[in-house]
Amino acid sequence: MIRSEQNEEFDLVIEGGRSGRQYWTDLWLYRELFLFLAWRDILVRYKQTVIGVAWSVVRPFLTMLVFTFVFGRLAKLPSEGVPYPILVYAAMLPWQFFSTSFNDASNSLITNSNMLTKIYFPRMIVPASTVIVNFIDFLISFLIFIGLILWYHYTPPWTILSLPLFFIWVVLISIGTGFYVAAVNVKYRDFKYIVPFVVQFGLYISPVGFSSNVIPEKWRLLYSINPIVGIIDGFRWAIIGNPLYVPGFILSIAMTALFLLFGIMYFRKMERVFADLV
Amino acid sequence: MGVVIKSEHLSKKYIISHQQQEKYATLRDAIATKTKSFFKSDRRHNAESPGASKEEFWALKEINFEITQGDTLGIIGRNGAGKSTLLKVLSRITEPTKGRISIKGRIASLLEVGTGFHPELTGRENIFLNGAILGMHRVEIKRKFDEIVNFSGVEKFLDTPVKRYSSGMYVRLAFAVAAHLESEILIVDEVLAVGDAEFQRKCLGKMQDVSQRQGRTVLFVSHNMQAITNLCSRVILINKGNIIQDDVPSKVIKDYLMFETSNEGSIFWDESSAPGDPTVKLTAIRILDEKNNIQNQFFSKSKIRVQLDINITEVSEDLVVGFDITDEDGVVILRTYHNDSKKEQWPSLQKGPNAIYCEIPGEFLNVGTYYISPKISLHCKKWILNADPLLSFDVELNHGVSPFWNVLNKSNRPGSLALIIPWKNKTEFFN
Repeated sequence: MIRSEQNEEFDLVIEGGRSGRQYWTDLWLYRELFLFLAWRDILVRYKQTVIGVAWSVVRPFLTMLVFTFVFGRLAKLPSEGVPYPILVYAAMLPWQFFSTSFNDASNSLITNSNMLTKIYFPRMIVPASTVIVNFIDFLISFLIFIGLILWYHYTPPWTILSLPLFFIWVVLISIGTGFYVAAVNVKYRDFKYIVPFVVQFGLYISPVGFSSNVIPEKWRLLYSINPIVGIIDGFRWAIIGNPLYVPGFILSIAMTALFLLFGIMYFRKMERVFADLV
Repeated sequence: MGVVIKSEHLSKKYIISHQQQEKYATLRDAIATKTKSFFKSDRRHNAESPGASKEEFWALKEINFEITQGDTLGIIGRNGAGKSTLLKVLSRITEPTKGRISIKGRIASLLEVGTGFHPELTGRENIFLNGAILGMHRVEIKRKFDEIVNFSGVEKFLDTPVKRYSSGMYVRLAFAVAAHLESEILIVDEVLAVGDAEFQRKCLGKMQDVSQRQGRTVLFVSHNMQAITNLCSRVILINKGNIIQDDVPSKVIKDYLMFETSNEGSIFWDESSAPGDPTVKLTAIRILDEKNNIQNQFFSKSKIRVQLDINITEVSEDLVVGFDITDEDGVVILRTYHNDSKKEQWPSLQKGPNAIYCEIPGEFLNVGTYYISPKISLHCKKWILNADPLLSFDVELNHGVSPFWNVLNKSNRPGSLALIIPWKNKTEFFN
């Protein structure tokens, strides 16, 4: 009886495998660190090189040109009634964000390993903040997109107002998968060689260079297991009014939730040993 | 004055894998092992691939202690005794395997100076970043900003990227941020070991201020016995993951020096246990007489040779090798480095095994027991080896030339040095 009363006066009890209940309040307490880390990465990225900024402009633009040429001109795939570059670029926006975030998040814990072994904070902050950093790149890409719209005298439909919602979606999937790869990367150091391959492979199995309407009807639901399909369809719906394939769209949302949940759970499980492994 | 930290049966286990070549686990191996065990019918071998010997290592075993508010607790022990693991568990960087710690109040730990500093960012930006990493809020950092800058003394370079800072400035700025943390409990690892003497004094002063004037609780790990004596009201000695002593500093330090050092006159390490880092390792220390025989007893008249064998895998311009001589109370009497003399006289240090030695002059040390603590560092950058006293030797006085100088122990003549300093008449002096 006396024992339990004594324990009440302590603010914090450290015990093996019991950090859970403190975790989410800590995450809130350390919210400023989250912003500071993002701020640091942004400063560093744009301080180091002008090329850094140029790169975030050039890369999506060149990819768009290549895809327009290959899928639009050579393969003559349907362009859904809009200029082919706009069709591609509407998908490039979320894809670029996702692939860069995925890649950055996978390395994030290793690059910050000295912090992990010297300071306590909820480790989720690290991969999550790298994802947020890419928001700046997204904005730059979006400016180019506006330029593209003006160039083609294209008027987007009212659905474009829903774009922020789809952006939140791509942030969620990036964070969910980011948690997972970041944690795996700490455990297995050769995993980093697989990441670029996953990203490249993802580009081809996602409908970035073409509209998902070219997929045969009977395969479309299966195709939407890849949550990026739903996100790209969403972006296209918002930007060019491409009709949505609702069952696939819902499946993609469910898959995103699953990825996010699984990412968080795996990360939380691994987090306890990060400092010993890194 | 309640208990602010209570540790009960705290234990931490690490698993060491002997067979593995790489430092890290790889997916390739994991898949290979899984596949192997899948095809193997014998279930007993499933857990481990054959031949991969894994060993449990208890870095901490059943640690029990209580710290009351306002205490300044020193923690000493050999490298690898478990001090750092204890601090890591207390700072919540790694979880304990068993047992628990209860803590009252906000805890701030400073296990390294300048964690999270980014070389590309300016001093100003790094103050904010580092502050946030240490758990300060933005308003708090803003409020203390001027104080931090003043303490660090780098006002002029606030808007310069820290990659252009000298290592001294870097350390000063980093400590300044940490010193202004407002927490009830402060945990400090060997961070004062870097930086120049003046700054070290300033840091120690600041810590004294924190503990004595502000009544905050401080846990302090150091190899600097003097700092421990000055700062701490209580010291615990850790050996092989156990607390073996818990008492006032003077007593613990004396015992530590006596029981934890070798009096054999030499220590040799094999490749795996040699202290140092991957670039430079200390492989042997010898205390030798003038005939190069290993000795632990000397007469004060004779010279004492100290030889250090080091194995260098990566040569650096900044490499500095030497040792401290410490007296029975842990007070450093002198520190000597291989490159203290004129450049032409430095012994050369090359890749591979090196053996260098120096001679402590005769007619210099008083009667007593002395300790040698080897020190290897990259000058002002980082410690490669900052060991506690490892080896002891005794000195017996025999160089007295005066009938009045017949000392048998220090109670007759105090002090660690016994130089014969000639006296003269004032008239003679002015000639």
